[in-house]
Amino acid sequence: MQIELIEIRDHLQRFPPFDGLPEDSLDEIARQVEVAYFKAGSEILSFGAQIHELHYVRSGAVEIYRRSGALYNRLTEGDIFGQFGLLRGHKVRLPARAIEDSLIYFIPGRLFEQLCEAHDFFADFVEAEGQSRLKSAVDSQGKASELMKIKVRRLVSRQAVSVPLDTPVQQAARVMTEQSVSSLVIVDPQASGSEPSDMPATEQQGQLMVGIVTDRDLRSRVVAEGLAANTPVSQVMTPSPITLQADASVFEAMLCMLRHNIHHLPVVYRRRPVGVINLADIIRYESQSSLYLVNSIFNRQSVAELKALLPDLRATFVRMVNDEASAHMIGSAMSGIGRSFTQRLLELAEQQFGPPPVPYCFMALGSMARDEQLLVTDQDNALVLDNRFDPRVHDEYFLKLATFVSDGLAACGYSYCKGGIMATNPQWRQPLRVWKGYFNQWIDRPNPQTLLNSCIFFDLDSVHGETELVESLKDLLAEKASRNPLFLASLARNALNRTPPLGFFRTFVMEKDGQQNNIINLKGRGTAPLTDLIRVHALACGSKAQNSNERLDAIAATKLMPQEAISKLRYALEFLSIVRIRHQAMDLEAGREPDNYIEPEKVSASERYNLKEAFQVLSNAQKFLRFRYPASCSL
Amino acid sequence: MKRPGVPRRTTHAAPADWQNLFTRLAQTAKDPRLSAFYQAGAVAADTPLEQVPLVALDVETTGLDCRRHSIVSLGLVPFNMARIRCGQALYWVVKPVSELSSESVTFHHITHSDIRDAPRLTTILGELLTAMAGKVMVVHYRTLERGFLDQAVRQHLGEALHFPVIDTMELEARLHRRQRQPGWLDRLCGRQPTSIRLADSRLRYGLPLYQAHHALTDALATAELLQAQVASHYSPTTPVGALWS
Repeated sequence: MQIELIEIRDHLQRFPPFDGLPEDSLDEIARQVEVAYFKAGSEILSFGAQIHELHYVRSGAVEIYRRSGALYNRLTEGDIFGQFGLLRGHKVRLPARAIEDSLIYFIPGRLFEQLCEAHDFFADFVEAEGQSRLKSAVDSQGKASELMKIKVRRLVSRQAVSVPLDTPVQQAARVMTEQSVSSLVIVDPQASGSEPSDMPATEQQGQLMVGIVTDRDLRSRVVAEGLAANTPVSQVMTPSPITLQADASVFEAMLCMLRHNIHHLPVVYRRRPVGVINLADIIRYESQSSLYLVNSIFNRQSVAELKALLPDLRATFVRMVNDEASAHMIGSAMSGIGRSFTQRLLELAEQQFGPPPVPYCFMALGSMARDEQLLVTDQDNALVLDNRFDPRVHDEYFLKLATFVSDGLAACGYSYCKGGIMATNPQWRQPLRVWKGYFNQWIDRPNPQTLLNSCIFFDLDSVHGETELVESLKDLLAEKASRNPLFLASLARNALNRTPPLGFFRTFVMEKDGQQNNIINLKGRGTAPLTDLIRVHALACGSKAQNSNERLDAIAATKLMPQEAISKLRYALEFLSIVRIRHQAMDLEAGREPDNYIEPEKVSASERYNLKEAFQVLSNAQKFLRFRYPASCSL
Repeated sequence: MKRPGVPRRTTHAAPADWQNLFTRLAQTAKDPRLSAFYQAGAVAADTPLEQVPLVALDVETTGLDCRRHSIVSLGLVPFNMARIRCGQALYWVVKPVSELSSESVTFHHITHSDIRDAPRLTTILGELLTAMAGKVMVVHYRTLERGFLDQAVRQHLGEALHFPVIDTMELEARLHRRQRQPGWLDRLCGRQPTSIRLADSRLRYGLPLYQAHHALTDALATAELLQAQVASHYSPTTPVGALWS
């Protein structure tokens, strides 16, 4: 007769790793469990004692210590302990004591070993003192990775329709109608033979692409301008268009279109056109429709109309979360949308105030520059002006422009920067030469205030205007920072100001000193310090990358850190970000204003484990940072 | 370690000498199953609790009167002060002699279809007595378990059944009857007398809430409660005679 202790079984199956076990394994555990009650204050495991069972907290609370006596973890209902001792010589490594009256289940060691052998996830869970648990949590993120995996060439349904560059526009239009395509690739027949022919036969037919023409170009550049029907297509094409390599992912294609606000994207093999994908091709794959949103941003004619898109922005965010997009994808898409808002506002401003008196570049700083923007975000921006800028003559224009954009962004949900890092602030509306002076000074003579600035200004990217202005600042930064150990040491120390907590305990956040808090700022205690330390390493490597993942790629290309440490950072960042994102989406769906705070009672059991591990990765990485850029250097 | 004082016993004058009683019963019992049960013996009254083999026991019945109602299920879990051994737990559903009342069905959820193919109690009595042999029974409210088991053995084997019992409900009563129970003024203010029911007693020790009225779950719940009571108010070295009857 089957004896089944329902209470034991039903409890186990609610908590990881047991929640992933099949029914018969759960029955078997419930049949073999032993139970004991421990009064608060009594010792459950003492250091070095023999251990032959996995321990499970059924009720009450247990503290786990390091050998030194330092608190290692505080456990409660559904948590396990003793696994490290079981896995390493059956000796207790981390002693345990009941801190409340507790009921403990004991799972026989032999059964524990069988479970580890039969179920990889179970073994991963109990063994994970490192990244593997976090890795599997990130890897199981589901569908998101599909978009990352599928190559863009899969979206190309037909060969690119091309015409030579001397084709008259009327004939080009006729070809487009006959072939029913909305874009034409313009090729240069003269340039064809010059490339080595080590490519597949089909692509060998192709010729070098020199431009692209779309329906819209024929309307705005030919008909509207009253050009003759025999005008060569080379005069109206977009020369050297943005292209994407055929082996890029669909996700990269999406980002590329988001970023440059283009509707037709030629896909090339090396420099030979393979086909053209358009917005609709991607949207068929990309249900999140962030591209739809971008498209409608550029059709809006006023701030009020842009503001009306706020619900769409939030809906897009929630949809991406529900579609299990990765934090990396969501951050990129949200930044793309943020950029589009800014670009459209600048277009509207230029329509209202006229063309700029001198060239300028509108610069994004912080999360937008890193492509890591989420919903709850300040606007951090600045204007880099051409060196011919004369404040007495030109500043009135740029102040109006900056104010228009800043107010517009605030109306669209990008609140004003509390630290005043906005182009409306005269200090941050300066010609390139002044900006170079700023950056030189910040690197040569760091002080607490400029280090705070460094965290924001050292994530920078152009949004609109003369890209070169911002690129030259990136060059300066990349070159100078890597050669300046004093500065790196100061920046490293600054990156240690915010530390992660130890983990969670019931409805509390557990601090390293055993204190408990009710709430945690997952940005301030998680993603931000992680981003800060990645920035330090990236600058040390002389990288110009802004996105934290790309910065990690750059760091990986050097010998600065072991590969394993880098992938740990990657998983930790992805996990902390996705939890933050999910909680913002939950807030939105519940009709609350999203924020960066998380109440521990809203954190699921498996999230707790993984968060604790991500905090541990951050904590270790901070230790390494301190060691790698020693403070003594800066004295 | 300071041994907490043994609560004053109010209901029993002297610890029962079960060892002697069992020796005598082993000679007089006629049924071989019963004489084997008594031959396994009982621990001496001065045995420290930590050395006593225990078995938590619970029966679900068709009603509260052991002369009119009968057993529908039994659950038992062997344990000691250190461990409750679920691996050796036993559980039976048996065909009751009396009818299932719809009232009792709502309690223990054992229905007519559950008992259609269930064995009669007589067929499992041997196994039950073997599981109890040599151990001290632990129940919550001894009148019920003792009465029903005695009645069942009388019906099926024609002899009485005696066994030592630690009653966790009585242990709670000892603790809370020593306190002043609320008077009429307290009750007027909404103060309730302390409940010594199984679930309520468990709550006082921080033990989890279980689904009640499943014989095996209740047996487990009772075993856990005794461990908690001993950890809180007695000691592993308290003689078993201070608790049993």
